[in-house]
Amino acid sequence: MKYVLLICDDETDAPTNEEIAADPAHRAWAADVDRRGRRLGGARLRPVADATTVRVRDGEILVSDGPFAETKDFVGGVDIIDCADLDEALEIAAGHPYARRGCVEVRPVWE
Amino acid sequence: MTAPDAVRAAVEAAYRDEWGQVVATLIGLTGEWDLAEDCAQDSFAAALATWPREGIPGRPGAWLTTVARNRARDRLRHDKAGAAKLRQLVVLAPGTEELVAEEIPDERLRLIFTCCHPALPFPARVALTLRTLTGLNTAEIARAFLTAESTMAQRLVRAKHKIVEAGIPYRVPRAELLPQRLSAVLAVLYLIFNEGYDEQDGRRALTAEGIHLARVLVRLMPSEPEPRGLLALMLLLEARRANRTAGGVLIPLEDQDRSRWDGALIAEGVATLDEALALRRAGPYQVQAAIAACHATAPDAASTDWPQIAALYAELARAAPSPVVDLNRAVAIAMAEGIPAGLALVDALAESGRLRGYYLLPATRADLLRRAGRSAEAAQAYEEALASAPTDAERRYLAGRLREL
Repeated sequence: MKYVLLICDDETDAPTNEEIAADPAHRAWAADVDRRGRRLGGARLRPVADATTVRVRDGEILVSDGPFAETKDFVGGVDIIDCADLDEALEIAAGHPYARRGCVEVRPVWE
Repeated sequence: MTAPDAVRAAVEAAYRDEWGQVVATLIGLTGEWDLAEDCAQDSFAAALATWPREGIPGRPGAWLTTVARNRARDRLRHDKAGAAKLRQLVVLAPGTEELVAEEIPDERLRLIFTCCHPALPFPARVALTLRTLTGLNTAEIARAFLTAESTMAQRLVRAKHKIVEAGIPYRVPRAELLPQRLSAVLAVLYLIFNEGYDEQDGRRALTAEGIHLARVLVRLMPSEPEPRGLLALMLLLEARRANRTAGGVLIPLEDQDRSRWDGALIAEGVATLDEALALRRAGPYQVQAAIAACHATAPDAASTDWPQIAALYAELARAAPSPVVDLNRAVAIAMAEGIPAGLALVDALAESGRLRGYYLLPATRADLLRRAGRSAEAAQAYEEALASAPTDAERRYLAGRLREL
């Protein structure tokens, strides 16, 4: 089954890409998922300051600055994994370094 | 020919004992929760129709499982998507009886752990465990938890849906996940038992179900101490239940007629606790059972081993910290070391605000103040407890105490 991991965090003191790339915890997690052969893809997202939201209402396009939700924790990245079942996906999610600072939402992909 | 009464009794007994096994086996084979329940239901209907003619089979569970599986095969045959599952059923078809009998224990355990998976919301875990393992219907479960039937039905549908769509595995978790998962399972079983412990209509059967499921867990996980601890706790509490109220009024422990406690259950509870303790891995349920055993084995209220109970509560507060545990410890200390020591702890708890709105806090304070001869303060605390007591039996008891002051 395919799952998307939504990597969520309060972005006020987000590490840089260089810091993440050098962080042993991040490297160990990526190495672990690759060794299992479970990772289908993923991406880090730029901060919500760079987000723009589009809605169409009554045929009118409404474009607004920022993310769709008003919350403290935002989705800062996604990983797509292919696992035997939810327990394996939860195990991989629990190993993600952001599970310790923010949270990781595990969502099955509609297949 | 077998007498209708004998058949009815045999089907009822089989429903009580085998329902969970039949459903678990069918879920294991088909992965379809609703299909499994429907076919299990059909197999019990078939038993009612067939057993009067053919006699009650030697192993009703195997008979019911075989009928349910054949029924599932017929249903899947008409369903294109069922083709793969059908092959699995056909492969397993020959020599079925032996196969089924051996698979059953593991299947049931898998079912318990799947129903109690932490990815399901807690109320759904409880409802699903009851529905799939005991065969209580949605209306009965809803009544027991004072919920609308439609709400309970929706909860069950969503839970089954999530198991399939989110890919919750149908298995007992690996050893390293077991402590966390087992504690969720134990919490569900204890909640089921406790829901029945309040002597309200329609709920009493739940204590029996809780004990029944705890027995299943003990049999299936003999080397784990906490299921035994929980079973011991349930047995020791159940032993005192018949004597817990009289004429709709709560009877406090010290005033209960100990000759009416169930000696056989107490003996079994103590023996079960000893087996758990012999495994030498203490846990919160074993400690609570040890406390219940101190009460259940004291020949009279005055000879209760309060210092031992206070020490056990201190241990429980370390293993599973909770303000309710602190409150109970305060009572034990009042009895072991004197009322002022206990009252000081209760007052500190009240000040912390951690038990605001919990009626046993003022009720406990009232009782200690009464024992200390501080009647005016006790009356005030009884009034406060009366305002938030949840059941009539408790309100009647508190009102009686208030009048006596």
